[in-house]
Amino acid sequence: MGRITLDQITKSFGEAQVIPPLDLTIEDGEFVVFVGPSGCGKSTLLRLIAGLEDVTSGEIRIDGKPATDLPPAKRGLAMVFQSYALYPHMSVRKNIAFPLKMAKLPQEEINRKVENAAQVLNLSPYIDKRPGQLSGGQRQRVAIGRAIVREPAAFLFDEPLSNLDAALRVNMRAEISELHQQLSTTMIYVTHDQVEAMTMADKIVVLQAGVIEQVGSPLDLYNHPRNLFVAGFIGSPKMNFITGPEAAKHGAHTIGIRPEHLRTSKESGEWTGRVGLGEHLGSDTFLRVETEFGEMTVRTIGDFDARHGDTVYLTPDPARIHRFDESGLSIR
Amino acid sequence: MARASSTSRKLTVTVFAWLVGLTLFFPVLWTVLTSFKTEAEAIADPPSLLFFNWTLENYVVVQERSNYFRYFWNSVLISVGSTVIGLIIAVPAAWAMAFVPSPRTRGILMWMLSTKMLPPVGVLIPIYLIFRDMNLLDTRTGLIIVMMLINLPIIVWMLYTYFKEIPGEILEAARMDGAQLRNEIIHVLTPMAIPGIASTMLLNVILAWNEAFWTLNLTAAKAAPLTAFIASYSSPEGLFYAKLSAASTMAIAPILILGWFSQKQLVRGLTFGAVK
Repeated sequence: MGRITLDQITKSFGEAQVIPPLDLTIEDGEFVVFVGPSGCGKSTLLRLIAGLEDVTSGEIRIDGKPATDLPPAKRGLAMVFQSYALYPHMSVRKNIAFPLKMAKLPQEEINRKVENAAQVLNLSPYIDKRPGQLSGGQRQRVAIGRAIVREPAAFLFDEPLSNLDAALRVNMRAEISELHQQLSTTMIYVTHDQVEAMTMADKIVVLQAGVIEQVGSPLDLYNHPRNLFVAGFIGSPKMNFITGPEAAKHGAHTIGIRPEHLRTSKESGEWTGRVGLGEHLGSDTFLRVETEFGEMTVRTIGDFDARHGDTVYLTPDPARIHRFDESGLSIR
Repeated sequence: MARASSTSRKLTVTVFAWLVGLTLFFPVLWTVLTSFKTEAEAIADPPSLLFFNWTLENYVVVQERSNYFRYFWNSVLISVGSTVIGLIIAVPAAWAMAFVPSPRTRGILMWMLSTKMLPPVGVLIPIYLIFRDMNLLDTRTGLIIVMMLINLPIIVWMLYTYFKEIPGEILEAARMDGAQLRNEIIHVLTPMAIPGIASTMLLNVILAWNEAFWTLNLTAAKAAPLTAFIASYSSPEGLFYAKLSAASTMAIAPILILGWFSQKQLVRGLTFGAVK
């Protein structure tokens, strides 16, 4: 079981309040991703749940039981850190066994669980090596191994993939998702990478300046962003925003249209523009187009033959236009 | 051209380094050489560097006149004892300052260090009186306490700088893994800081071994360490350079040997954190 409830929690460092009163419920077995720009309070929030930081006020409950004043070890949570935080003086085996040793489990049971974890994570060949002799991906797996042997109520991941190279990151992303399928334990995952958020999460929590901007499934956030911030943060490349008379035509202060929802043509269309930069990836083409509303990004499937200075016509998909009022909230 | 100038530059630096090294080492060498001379040769003018009648007589006399091993044993007990007790106190203190710093931590560290800038003689009388009232004069316990207190700021500072180098996330990981503070310090922090702790220990043993002011003033006969042993040969009833040198050589030999074998650790310890 791993249902985590945050009830009106706040966190201040001295005078500065980094998290104003915040409510959030994480259901048992859910994969929740906290996403937001650097300094938005997502790591602080995770550390509050872990117990590595004390909340200033409010209550944390794990499976209905108050956990606000429990030390980290008593909360039954396991954490994987950005730097892996392995014990450099211990072998892989001892690293994974450490939490079990601290829990004073009998030695045979520790051995059995460590062997199991090593097998699941393909660590058996390295089990007697030190962390310093392992690659980044292997170290990350040891950190995960150390977390899973405890059979925690929930896993907390603090930007675990940001030290890995791009290819390995894609692999580890898949491995962590698969692990979640296997264990169906609650996972809370912090990242600033919205691709990680979109691909892994059951539920995304978008944070800005300690405030939850929106909570929802990845596609929910993509299709129905609640405000300008979420609209701009979720989706890659970023959504294009237009203000002024063109937005007023749609009865809004600002309208937003995603690059993939603009039809591009060389003959005719609603808006006219001049191609600035073109990125031809083969599978897709990204164009930066200078229009009367400012620069817009366009994505077309396959190769679209447009060079710098060419005139192109853009037509937005009317069903995909997002409308926002003056305060930046979405108009439904 | 560039190559030639860099070679001559290297040569200059090397010669200079040797000169500095020999200047520093010369008094020690001279003491050792003098200890093998007769008293007459020891004060001969001009002095002879190597060509004299080598003799072990001074060592025999020194050992006959005073029991070297009793002093030696006192030195060992005092330097090792004060270092071990100092470490037991300093590890938690340095842990607190490195990992849960408060706005006052910097100030406390500076204050601790400032006590080392105080001339010891300034507190000699109060400490002497306290020791007299507590019956600690001329006891090993008393000297262990005073040496420990005197070196504590250095131990705390050195450990603090080592602990600062250990990433806090590793200790947080230990906390998440269920380690209580005691286990966190014993199983995670201390093993990671072993090199630092070792060089702190070595440096402190050396400092305590060489300390003369307190050992001379607070001991008479029973607890006197090797510093007092040397001092006892610089007596007013006549100059015995050769015997004084023999006593000095016997006093510095153990620490010199210890220092020689652990110089790698020591250098690493003293420059740790300066370059990554």
